[in-house]
Amino acid sequence: MNRHVISVLVDNESGVLSRVSGLFSRRGYNIDSLSVGETQDSKLSRMTIVVRGDDKTLEQIKKQLLKLVDVREVITLIPESSVYRELMLVKVKTDADTRAAISGIVDIFRAKIIDVAPLSVTIEITGDESKIEAFVDLMRPYGIKELVRTGLTALKRGDSKIQA
Amino acid sequence: MQLTGAEILLECLKEQDVDTIFGYPGGAVLNIYDALARYPNNIRHYLTSHEQGAAHAADGYARVTGKVGVCMATSGPGATNLVTGIATAYMDSVPVVAITGNVALPLLGKDSFQEVDISGITMPITKHNFIVKDIDNLSTIIRRAFHIAQDGRCGPVLIDIPKDITAATTEYEPRQPLPLNCHTESITDEAIDKAVQIIKSSKRPLIYAGGGVVQSNAASELIEFAEKINAPVTTSLMGLGGFSGTHKLFCGLVGMHGTKTSNLAATKCDVLIALGARFSDRVVSNVEKFAPKAKIIHIDIDPAEINKNVDTYHHIIGDVKAVLQKLNGFIEKRINNTEEWTEQINHWKAAYPLNYKNDGKLRPQYIMERIYALTDGEAIISTEVGQNQIWAAQFYRYTQPRSFISSGGLGTMGYGLGAAIGAQIGQPQKRVFNIAGDGSFRMNCNELATAVEYNLPIIVVVFNNRALGMVRQWQDLFYDSRFSQTTIDRATDFVKLAEAYGALGLNLSRNEDVDQVLETALKSNRTVVIDCEIDQDDKVFPIVPPGAAIDQLITEEV
Ligand SMILES: Cc1ncc(C[n+]2csc(CCOP(=O)(O)OP(=O)(O)O)c2C)c(N)n1
Repeated sequence: MNRHVISVLVDNESGVLSRVSGLFSRRGYNIDSLSVGETQDSKLSRMTIVVRGDDKTLEQIKKQLLKLVDVREVITLIPESSVYRELMLVKVKTDADTRAAISGIVDIFRAKIIDVAPLSVTIEITGDESKIEAFVDLMRPYGIKELVRTGLTALKRGDSKIQA
Repeated sequence: MQLTGAEILLECLKEQDVDTIFGYPGGAVLNIYDALARYPNNIRHYLTSHEQGAAHAADGYARVTGKVGVCMATSGPGATNLVTGIATAYMDSVPVVAITGNVALPLLGKDSFQEVDISGITMPITKHNFIVKDIDNLSTIIRRAFHIAQDGRCGPVLIDIPKDITAATTEYEPRQPLPLNCHTESITDEAIDKAVQIIKSSKRPLIYAGGGVVQSNAASELIEFAEKINAPVTTSLMGLGGFSGTHKLFCGLVGMHGTKTSNLAATKCDVLIALGARFSDRVVSNVEKFAPKAKIIHIDIDPAEINKNVDTYHHIIGDVKAVLQKLNGFIEKRINNTEEWTEQINHWKAAYPLNYKNDGKLRPQYIMERIYALTDGEAIISTEVGQNQIWAAQFYRYTQPRSFISSGGLGTMGYGLGAAIGAQIGQPQKRVFNIAGDGSFRMNCNELATAVEYNLPIIVVVFNNRALGMVRQWQDLFYDSRFSQTTIDRATDFVKLAEAYGALGLNLSRNEDVDQVLETALKSNRTVVIDCEIDQDDKVFPIVPPGAAIDQLITEEV
């Protein structure tokens, strides 16, 4: 089963999120992540959905989404021609011995320490998923207390707009 | 002009040419019902016994007229009682607008008395739904709802209107209904040409027609097409009437209760042309073994149907009528050589006709044949669900579209009487029969009160086998005859029940009385219930066992 990133432009109506998520659950489509926010036009929102499925399933997902009245446009964002980003906040255990090492890794990843407490630091990092996952792997030995990810958000590269 | 929300609702219904609605009042729709009584309008409101009946009536009305059916209910239980009817319309793509009241805006979300999130509940069973939160959006929402219900693939739309919105006032200006898009842009010359080439090279073509043919009023185009390419025609349950049941190219139903001819034809054909049909599991059964030799050409208005259930070789997206018109323009008569195939089909038809035991006992199949004969095939037949539904589909020949009204997709027992009420109101000059099983009839027979109240001469034919026959049949065939909870030998006297409702009750127990009882019912011009005492073990044949290929059917031993 392949992963696909689809970008869905929707009317910013109340209920649109449940319409979309309800469609995925009742038709048994697998969602890895879903992120949503307003676009440059406050009447429209963009959802970036990471789904799993073969090409046939992807085709069905796109067509079924397009049947929702609030959905304006659905496109697949293929890796070669898109930028994917995700934001993660992670709270890692620290003490005097480990703080410097963690800080070094944070620098290498161009992440940011946004909160320091006696026994932990909170780090903000953005990047594509492989970068985020690599960072998580490096933090794990220190002890991850809490972690939250926004899910992928994405745009097409270059001058072209997604929106027709 | 300044109008209240309730008055705007009535004005907007007028814009859409709505003159008939089915509903049931309650607290949250008091303002609307008050407007109905005092504000000038041409709307005839039919009060049913139950909101489910109103929803089915709106659906039946829509199916026989082709117009949008409208039903209305109060908040909470009124709204939830519509749900089965909305789901039924959704599965069969019927244009219905359901209007529900809700508690006033400040009370929404507070578990107020009779508050229910009907928009949330009906999300998966409507094309779309709305909650009106601002009176200034009310007219736009109603106009959009009617548009959505009819545009492209039809379906139900629900509008939830909080009570304070119906009382508030705002400026109203009449508008023309939004124009419907005919969806012809995707019917390209290339797509048509490719279809023609495939058909040209076929030796064994088969047309599989579904409800889309009826919906798009494409019956005459289909006849022209079938005759031009000389292809036999089979239909889904929803497609009945889309192609005349008396036409020499007609092969009967396909699928689980298909004729042997249709099912063999689907298995052997080299090109299968699906028209406004969706390859439901009731048709396809075992996907791997369905039409294994065929290039499938799928013509449908809904792009999501293409390659959903079966893989297709070619498709054209568009209104079936428009596609057929274009195809017919491209095709000269007899472009393909199908003589051998025609012979084969005719041989199967002669060898494997639909039949039933003719041993002098009262048989439902015979009753259907007599209804056909005595009405010259001009009646509208609504059905319940179960054996009654399939017998009604098999043994009455539907020569006109919109004459067979049945819950195909959802299989809703209790659908038929409400639907018959809507059908009779939509087509007052037609004779309307509701073919029922005793189980289904008992579910919603309360609507007899409605039929009697409005003097609707509907004839309810109850095939009373004192069983949930279709389930019993499955238990008999596939569960070692363990009849678990399917015997309903209740003490109910349907004749007396009919009389209690003010309808005419008739009993039919002997084969030789069929004509006389039907004549009495027809002549009475009243709501009639005929209690037909049939055998408990009469079965529907053919039947394809679950999971089997459709040519592996069990047929009746006569
Ligand atoms: C609302 C509903 N409940 C249950 C079923 C399952 N079901 C399908 S056919 C059937 C039996 C129908 O019995 P009856 O109405 O007596 O018709 P018959 O098959 O005997 O003609 C049942 C219970 C259904 N289709 N709809």
